[in-house]
Amino acid sequence: MASPEASIPASVQKPMGAQGRAAAPGGARSGAGEGGLAGSLRDAALAAFLAGVLGFFFIGLRADIAPGGLDLRARWGAWIVSILVVFVGRLALNLFVFRTSKPVTKTIGARLTGLSDAVPGLGKWLTRALLVFALVLPFVVTTFFSSRDRQIIDLAILIMTYVMLGWGLNIVVGLAGLLDLGYVAFYAVGAYSFALLATHFEFIGFWTALPLAGLLAAMWGIILGFPVLRLRGDYLAIVTLAFGEIIRVVLLNWYEFTGGPNGISGIPKPTFFGLELSRGDDGMAAFFGFEYDPIQRFIYLYYIILLLALITNLVTIRLRKLPIGRAWEAMREDEIACRSLGINTRNTKLTAFAIGAMFGGFAGSFFATRQGFISPESFTFLESAIILAIVVLGGLGSQIGVVVAAVVMIGGMELLRNLDFLTYIFGPDFDPVRYRMLIFGLAMVFIMVWKPRGLVATREPSAVLKEKKRIGADMVAQGEGH
Amino acid sequence: MSEAETLLSVSGVETYYGKIVALRGVDLEVRRGEIVAMIGANGAGKSTLMMTICGSPQARRGRIVYDGTDITQMPTHEIMRLGIAQSPEGRRIFPRMTVMENLQMGAALIDPKYFEDNLKRVFDLFPRLKERLHQRGGTLSGGEQQMLAIGRALMSRPKLLLLDEPSLGLAPLVVKQIFDAIRELNENEGLTVFLVEQNAFHALKLAHRGYVMVNGNITMSGTGMELLKREEVRAAYLEGGRH
Repeated sequence: MASPEASIPASVQKPMGAQGRAAAPGGARSGAGEGGLAGSLRDAALAAFLAGVLGFFFIGLRADIAPGGLDLRARWGAWIVSILVVFVGRLALNLFVFRTSKPVTKTIGARLTGLSDAVPGLGKWLTRALLVFALVLPFVVTTFFSSRDRQIIDLAILIMTYVMLGWGLNIVVGLAGLLDLGYVAFYAVGAYSFALLATHFEFIGFWTALPLAGLLAAMWGIILGFPVLRLRGDYLAIVTLAFGEIIRVVLLNWYEFTGGPNGISGIPKPTFFGLELSRGDDGMAAFFGFEYDPIQRFIYLYYIILLLALITNLVTIRLRKLPIGRAWEAMREDEIACRSLGINTRNTKLTAFAIGAMFGGFAGSFFATRQGFISPESFTFLESAIILAIVVLGGLGSQIGVVVAAVVMIGGMELLRNLDFLTYIFGPDFDPVRYRMLIFGLAMVFIMVWKPRGLVATREPSAVLKEKKRIGADMVAQGEGH
Repeated sequence: MSEAETLLSVSGVETYYGKIVALRGVDLEVRRGEIVAMIGANGAGKSTLMMTICGSPQARRGRIVYDGTDITQMPTHEIMRLGIAQSPEGRRIFPRMTVMENLQMGAALIDPKYFEDNLKRVFDLFPRLKERLHQRGGTLSGGEQQMLAIGRALMSRPKLLLLDEPSLGLAPLVVKQIFDAIRELNENEGLTVFLVEQNAFHALKLAHRGYVMVNGNITMSGTGMELLKREEVRAAYLEGGRH
């Protein structure tokens, strides 16, 4: 009877402690809310003043190299604009976030979570709408934006490639929980496999090389998997990062085989059941009797990557419902528990690496055939980082989240090229593209502050007995959700 | 009971963590249809013994035989395929997966045709799990998590159930529920249970036989009732916890 009594205080203390913690920030916030408008204005003015002092030399003055020394130029316009930006930004933050009892950030976060909970079918309908949109996109573009159709479809192909890479990496990072910073290595293996096969053997085209490239990438996935079987978390991340670099450096230096920094050019375009998409008499247009237009090539490429991406998605969704997919997720949650249930964690990890790598390889082949030219420069660590960022920002393990994140990030970067009006404010040599990494980083920080588990944090259970029930990320803490 | 066949026998097992010795030659046996409890203080080596039986870490010396098979050098996942199931220390349920998915993980090794049947057995034993079926594991209360951990282990229809501290951090009423369920499993289905516990009173009352572990050695053994009456056991494990 003795020890049960001793355990009572522990169980009573826990909820009390939780309440205390929850109450504290509320109290602090209501205290800060009393500052009101005057306080906010004073604070914003102070921040603007500081920005003016700090920016005086950095923004207000500009030194250019001129014959015989430096040429000092004043840029008062940019200086004043930056002060105003700081003032307005700080004031807005004060009014809506820092000094209010209802911070807008919380409301937005709650609204976003509430939206998906309030409309149970929303996720499903959004998925269907996106799918239909993706299917008809080339027709919409060629009909309504025919002056820029090439550019838009090219961008759609690029986004789709990242969606596919994101889905592939999602298997490794999102489902199996193995932080892989060298995913681009498999992308490179796929691209070089196809490029080398196609340039060395006449008879190998895109469709014959595709499965081979996938297999080779999967093999490299297993080769990477073996040495890192015993590593987890940070250590795994470091080794995979090194692996990605090793592949790139080998491609760069094995001159006789890969062409080194010159890369490989003249990679064939994909054919349609043996028919080339070209103007000639043996082209697809001539065969089917319609007029050739260069845009057809782009549309064809778009549908290929759409198909590949959808295959990746369908395979992932299917695998999640099979024992192997469930074992991946369980391994992400608790590897020791997995082993104690008789799961062979070694094989489980290796299959995750292999299947994730295989899709990376497919995407790589596609990249090679689309570009027609590849070099190690396309496979830097930055690519791995972008793909990983897409997966993390989208919400680990969420398929639709990857799509949203890829559209926002890749599309957003492309959008920067079209912000010409900014040059009126910051001068003619202002190029927003140069700031893309800065904006990229800011976007990540904001998403992680508002939605720390990514844009789509809800996890759809893979198994249901009768009706489905979604459980939001906010209820994951122990003792909640009753 | 004594003439019953031995299901698990541990003889002269020594386990080390690097150079640190954790088990100094442990001998014990678990017979078919028995509940055997191992009690001891923190750091005595109880959990290490449990983990050594499961092959992680592996014993450096000695022999562990389960149902006629030497499992001393086997990897964990192969041992678990022989009909041993474990509810590990700290429960270790999968927090982001639903109760249903957790139970499915427990059934990963066996033929899917037994799944429905096993699920029903687990729900009969712990009706609470059925109510919580589509809730995430991490949102369950401590007692429900322990039920889930045991239920998950039972999904593989084991012959031997290993329980590491099933009463850890639970309220007395919940401890009683869990221990009643273990007794029920043993009486109705003849399931053999080996459990490691700090809660000496409940564990020895439940068990047919018990062992006391001190500092990596087994110092006492006997039937549960015998051990409960022993002065040393009372002083070390029962009186001390009364405050």
